[in-house]
Amino acid sequence: MTTGTVRATASGAAPDVVDLVVVGAGPAGLAAAAVAVLGGLSVALVDAGQELGGQFWRHPPHGSAVGDGKDLHHDLRSYRQLTATVRDAARSGRCRSLLGHHVWTAVHPAPGQHVLHLVDRSAGPGRESAVRLEARHVVLATGAYDRPLPFPGWDLPGVYTAGGLQALLKGAGVRAGSRVVVGGTGPFLLPVAAGLAARGASVVVCEANDPRRWAGGAGAALGLPGKLVEGAGYAATLARHRVPVQLRQAVTAAHGTDRVEAVTISRLDRSGAVVAGSGRRLEADAVGTGWGFVPQLDLAVTLGADLVPSWGGDQVVGVDRWQRTSVPGLSAAGEVCGVGGARLALREGQLAAEGVLRDLGRPGVTGDRGVVAVRREVARHRRFAAAMAHAHPVPAGWTGWLEDSTTVCRCEEVCAGQVRRAVADGAVGVRQVKQLTRAGMGWCQGRMCAPAVAALAGPGGPGTEVPERLVATPVPLGVLARGTGRDPIP
Amino acid sequence: MSPSFQLDGRPVPFVPGQTVGAALVASGRTSWRTTRHEGRPRGIFCGIGVCFDCLLTVDGVPDQRACQVLAREQLDVSTPEGENP
Ligand SMILES: Cc1cc2nc3c(=O)[nH]c(=O)nc-3n(C[C@H](O)[C@H](O)[C@H](O)COP(=O)(O)OP(=O)(O)OC[C@H]3O[C@@H](n4cnc5c(N)ncnc54)[C@H](O)[C@@H]3O)c2cc1C
Ligand code: FES
Repeated sequence: MTTGTVRATASGAAPDVVDLVVVGAGPAGLAAAAVAVLGGLSVALVDAGQELGGQFWRHPPHGSAVGDGKDLHHDLRSYRQLTATVRDAARSGRCRSLLGHHVWTAVHPAPGQHVLHLVDRSAGPGRESAVRLEARHVVLATGAYDRPLPFPGWDLPGVYTAGGLQALLKGAGVRAGSRVVVGGTGPFLLPVAAGLAARGASVVVCEANDPRRWAGGAGAALGLPGKLVEGAGYAATLARHRVPVQLRQAVTAAHGTDRVEAVTISRLDRSGAVVAGSGRRLEADAVGTGWGFVPQLDLAVTLGADLVPSWGGDQVVGVDRWQRTSVPGLSAAGEVCGVGGARLALREGQLAAEGVLRDLGRPGVTGDRGVVAVRREVARHRRFAAAMAHAHPVPAGWTGWLEDSTTVCRCEEVCAGQVRRAVADGAVGVRQVKQLTRAGMGWCQGRMCAPAVAALAGPGGPGTEVPERLVATPVPLGVLARGTGRDPIP
Repeated sequence: MSPSFQLDGRPVPFVPGQTVGAALVASGRTSWRTTRHEGRPRGIFCGIGVCFDCLLTVDGVPDQRACQVLAREQLDVSTPEGENP
């Protein structure tokens, strides 16, 4: 646990009511919390993780013996500044930093009143407790998770999501393999490959698209020097460690009995279909698969925020120019509003807090001219994100890689053949396929299989149907029963 | 000597700050449970708490995500079937 942070107690010690609760301590949430405390608000910053930073700035817990992996990170200056602000405020009692706390549901019983229900897992299994927070405003900065797509053998141990490989590396200093194949699409494959290569793994990257057409001038034209520097850094690392980046290729099968031992890499045609006879076998003891990210929308949906389609085709939280959602007193920032990287998330978090300050009749922290500059940066990053999404689509032909026996839903063990049969029998859309096959009904509530089921279920791209999950995380019944001495659901 | 926790009675070393799942991967274990229907091996997949592939029993409490539970000395971890797959 972070030193210098105020820890909530099971009894919900004062202050129970704060001006602002920020859910998520990634770049977006950290920025929102820091700006809000600088603006004089009382703030609670909540994250299910063990340390501030979210995915991009994932760090082992404070005081841990795991190295901080400085060389794996970018823009640590911002990270240090934001965390220093939050920790100072925690010491002086203006900010509660609730790590190891998961918001499992939220309600807003009245305008200007939000009630969040948390499970405090910081004491470990069997020692969870309930925490209830009340706030006038909430900023949702819950980020995103990897979008995996199934392929034969993807459920073999040793196959990870690309983000999972990165989380092991950044959060725990663990390199999951020594011969690693990273496959899928999108710019995120590069930092994952670069990090593993820098730690001595031999790495091959398979990028299903050919972003070169796009990269020629558009990146520069969009005027994002930071992005280009970061990208050039990965490219240099990849070149130094002789990491090949195979374009228009994909991992189309993983082989092994109890764990992955090899993969098949295939060339793809323009539709994403495998070019016949192009498959070649490559030994691997770890595989990372990632097809972009899916915004984590559970709380936004529970609280009734309107969703809109994003540049990537997914549903995301709709926000105005101050990052306000359609629900009064509820703002959102970062990947929940569209996947666009850490810098965009950070700037949106800042805007969200500036908006809350204004709504509460307080002067802003960033200044009017500063806000204009931040907005300009946000707009540039959104254009860049849209261009990236355009250059890295999930290729339509990917479902052709699936054999009927390929597992699609890992939790309920539903295979592609069962889903195809359900569709042939007349099931339309994810919901009906789910009812017929149980795909998406298991522990992960469809987070891992929904994009695949949606694609197999027919028209509508990945992520077009957003399921309602009233409970964002499984909560021990004991926590509900012990409660906080008050009715947990007002 | 590095600290360790017990998995089915055998010590697994960890670096303080690592999760149980990360320590298992670092020790060369890629799976620690099997699926209900087909008995397929499972370990870490998403690494961030969303896939629930990595479940195991911690201090007698079933269905804990190995990727989310911090490793501690004296932690008593067991595979759901109580056997080393
Ligand atoms: C596994 C993974 C690894 C990634 N690694 C990188 C990387 O190395 N480089 C890169 O450029 N991009 C990376 N990304 C992309 C990343 O999403 C963005 O770059 C950036 O972190 C987005 O910032 P954010 O603030 O919007 O969300 P995040 O950084 O994702 O932060 C969201 C936070 O919200 C918390 N949270 C979510 N729901 C709840 C809840 N109900 N209760 C409590 N807390 C909650 C999460 O624990 C998380 O810490 C990664 C993404 C993933 C999924
Ligand atoms: S690996 Fe996905 S929940 Fe632990």
